[in-house]
Amino acid sequence: MLNEFFASVGKRILEFCAAAGRMTNLTVDTIKHLPEANPKEVLRQMALLGADSLPIVLMTILCTGMVISVQTAKEFVRFGAASSVGGIVAIAMGRELVPVLSSVVVAGRIGAAIAAEIGTMKVTEQIDALRVMAANPVSYLVVPRFIAIVLMMPLLVIFSNVVGNIGGWVVAHYYAGVSSFSYTNSIKVLAEMYDIVGGMIKSSFFGAIIAIVGCYKGLNAPNGAEGVGLATTASVVLSIILIFITNYFLSIVLYV
Amino acid sequence: MRESLIKIRQLKVAFGEKKILDNFELDVYKGETLAVIGPSGAGKSTIIKLLTGLLKPNAGTIEIMGSEVQDYSEEQWDEVRKQMGVVFQYSALFDFLSVGENVAFGLRRHFQLSEEAIQARVKELLGLVGMPDVAQMQPAELSGGMKKRVGLARALAMQPKVVFYDEPTSGLDPVMTMNISRLIRKTQEQVGVTSILVTHDMESAYVAADRIAMLYQGKLAAIGTVEEIKHSNNPVVRAFVEGIEYKEERNEQ
Repeated sequence: MLNEFFASVGKRILEFCAAAGRMTNLTVDTIKHLPEANPKEVLRQMALLGADSLPIVLMTILCTGMVISVQTAKEFVRFGAASSVGGIVAIAMGRELVPVLSSVVVAGRIGAAIAAEIGTMKVTEQIDALRVMAANPVSYLVVPRFIAIVLMMPLLVIFSNVVGNIGGWVVAHYYAGVSSFSYTNSIKVLAEMYDIVGGMIKSSFFGAIIAIVGCYKGLNAPNGAEGVGLATTASVVLSIILIFITNYFLSIVLYV
Repeated sequence: MRESLIKIRQLKVAFGEKKILDNFELDVYKGETLAVIGPSGAGKSTIIKLLTGLLKPNAGTIEIMGSEVQDYSEEQWDEVRKQMGVVFQYSALFDFLSVGENVAFGLRRHFQLSEEAIQARVKELLGLVGMPDVAQMQPAELSGGMKKRVGLARALAMQPKVVFYDEPTSGLDPVMTMNISRLIRKTQEQVGVTSILVTHDMESAYVAADRIAMLYQGKLAAIGTVEEIKHSNNPVVRAFVEGIEYKEERNEQ
């Protein structure tokens, strides 16, 4: 009984280490093949993975900005700190909420799509077809997606910060009665450009995680439609977990 | 003595405890079409995977066009693969590209050709497989037989020295099966390419192949010309040709 338990735990640990190793190899391979990127394909992926994600990301961040403002504005006004609302919302959004939440949304939308697309290619032998036609799947499939997401995430973050802060201002102004001057002035006083730049740097890392995990899960999808489904789910779950873990360390490195 | 394009010696492949190929040996001569037949799970498709570098053997040697390739890196394999074409069991056409772009894929990637030259070659290849007007269509719009034909056109695009067919007639109706088999034969005659055809369809093998190799339990059970295999007394071959499940005891009796 005890032996079986330890054997099972050991097996899980070995599997985890093997997967981590393979994912690291894929990352190294991707970086090695970056110079081979096809610019046309990169642009296509940027439109598909980045630009097309803009509406849902903005929607999420707009609501988040409004919620943060709802939670803070009235309380701050009650304690006579109305002049801090804008800055607090801007810092919270810029440093944490925008990069993390937009990455989670992109992981759900794009990470899943990448895993499903590449997984389907794997189970229909299209990956083998690429290899036997001397086209490296990493260079042909992973590299354009990797570059596209890493470049597009910071852009999504810029737009999201603008929209999130507008959402925050609407609520603070009309719901809590904070004046527009007070709101924008507190952003100027409390927030720094680095708050947003740090968020952009974070989002690039999160983008890299989404691309690598999505591609890895797709390339290793078990056979059959069920395999593609499992790969898709696993890709989203693992991406989100890794985003949260990485966020902690990036926050320490960038802001502490 | 005929020149061998591919030589396989003492090849062993196992997935865990399960032996797929065990001391397997095979010669494929230049310019011939060799059909590898055998029951499902006998390791037929594994041979194509080994010969295209998609799978590494546990032991043994594979010589292709004079070079031992079994320990090649992916980059070295890519150089060998540029001289190969593969027609996959389910065609494996890239569904994000049009039919014409599928056929042009290798040309665009590995040759410095003008757009006119690429389009002319695509047209020529689609004409060769009897589908001159489908270049603009998407793979999803094609029937199974049409996909196989496009797969063949794509495999021939880079003027390979050897073409592999993995169950090219599986899932097709009898008429289309014969059409594809005749097309394989016609292509071999017109292009002169060496072909390895993996199939469990005897009729297809008779039409398309010059020689037939029978694979059974990871070993070469028999090899010979189509006529020799048709009239073989080998019990494994006879059982397979007649559609009877071969039992080891029958041999012992």
